[in-house]
Amino acid sequence: MNTEFFAAWIDEIAATVRARRDHLTELDAAIGDADHGANLDRGFTAAREALAGASPPTPGALLVLVGSTLIRKVGGASGPLYGTAFREMGKAFGEAAEVSPAELSAALDAALSGVRRLGGAAEGDKTMVDALAPAARALAQAVRDGLKAEEALDAAAAAAGQGAEATIPLQARKGRASYLGPRSIGHEDPGAASTALVLGALKAAASR
Amino acid sequence: MKKLINDADSIVTDALRGIAAAHPSLRVDLAGRVVFRADAPTPGKVGLVSGGGSGHEPLHAGFVGYGMLDAACPGEVFTSPVPDQIIEAAKGVDGGAGVLQIVKNYTGDVLNFEMAAELAGDEGVEVATVLVDDDVAVRDSLFTAGRRGTGATLFVEKIAGALAETGAPLAEVARAAREVNERSRSFGVALTPCTVPAAGKPTFELSDAEIELGVGIHGEPGRTRAPMREAREIVRTAMDAIHADLPLSGETLVMVNGMGGTPLIELYIVFAEVEAYLREKGATAVRSLVGNYVTSLDMQGFSVTTCSLTGELTRLWDAPVETPALRWGR
Repeated sequence: MNTEFFAAWIDEIAATVRARRDHLTELDAAIGDADHGANLDRGFTAAREALAGASPPTPGALLVLVGSTLIRKVGGASGPLYGTAFREMGKAFGEAAEVSPAELSAALDAALSGVRRLGGAAEGDKTMVDALAPAARALAQAVRDGLKAEEALDAAAAAAGQGAEATIPLQARKGRASYLGPRSIGHEDPGAASTALVLGALKAAASR
Repeated sequence: MKKLINDADSIVTDALRGIAAAHPSLRVDLAGRVVFRADAPTPGKVGLVSGGGSGHEPLHAGFVGYGMLDAACPGEVFTSPVPDQIIEAAKGVDGGAGVLQIVKNYTGDVLNFEMAAELAGDEGVEVATVLVDDDVAVRDSLFTAGRRGTGATLFVEKIAGALAETGAPLAEVARAAREVNERSRSFGVALTPCTVPAAGKPTFELSDAEIELGVGIHGEPGRTRAPMREAREIVRTAMDAIHADLPLSGETLVMVNGMGGTPLIELYIVFAEVEAYLREKGATAVRSLVGNYVTSLDMQGFSVTTCSLTGELTRLWDAPVETPALRWGR
């Protein structure tokens, strides 16, 4: 997977988030403050523009630029959290011009650690970690099983989607939904839902 | 949705243009999205910076001016500002005595202000941060995001602002700000949801016979839904929650705050009930504020915030202030 692949990934994310903007906002309206779709749309559109202007030379440089742009443009909790996730991935890639599924798996672990450190959330708190953590595990398992890149990305995307769905019966302990207490039960977490979209886009980028 | 907007995507910029045009005492950086006092920085004075999502007007830009904030950073509607804005604000108000950030306790605000403080520190600005978390509707625990910051933000900004104006050092201003937060409690009630312009429809549905108890200031549902009742009964529920958390006694500063869509006449009806409740508990409302100060767009409803005063806090509350939304004594 080279720089072009990761640029395609960001393209896919921007398109998916734009298409699902209202859905993400509806999820957020139920247990948050109805701005998640608009914020991510603004952020990934800005990231795509930043990439067009800068043409970063490596996958690492590309993802660090995406992360920094998200931190600078999105605001809220999702700006710093998504921004950190992309920056940690980029830093894990170093200077490499091409990365393997094993390296992508290590980078996703780094992203997860960064998000957990910053937000303080654990699995089961009804946050983006509930989609990111199972995806990172599924990708690591796929690499151990020696699956091809496309199959490995499939497994990660499926795990993220299942993780997001599994937030529905949970009571939120972090983020704005936590203010609702037991009333947060019965709704999918918007951050987990958007994380599933972001990782689903990885699979779409691979099949381009 | 009917709103006085040009475009849902440009409402913050369009409103900032209005603020700049209406208030020559302010300097508005439209591109950087920071509202400064026109004469910032004040040499030798601790600079006060606050900010948060838009939609809570007059908080925070309406409280920039003598005796209160030096700068405010408005984010998108209900979305915290980004670190770039906060760094620009901190650098612009640092008069050599450091900068105090007043931050409402929400994950997004805390993260963005933390990042900004670190980066501003790298550039040589001394930054201290005070978190406001006064909302008793949220159960606090080590495992959650903690309580929300709501009405007490205004008290913290006013009192810390007055102290900073005397030339007090950063640590002293931060201490007073924390003390105000610790002595303050709030509870909010919604009669209707609000409509976020970018979403285009109300954040939740509520029948004419129902209210939401324990709401924050972001159009989110509250802790529980209850039947609509007389103002007297609703106020009792709100005040019981505050009194159970921090027993009311002595001289008290009280704000009855409208959520944006509530007629003032109703807020005064609420205040009368709040005042009677305080007397019943042996407390006295010696200072008061009634009006729309920490709003939630077009939501109907109110919040009540109390602060148990000391001699020092009363003097600082009474000190002169001159901002677009709060002014006296000067």
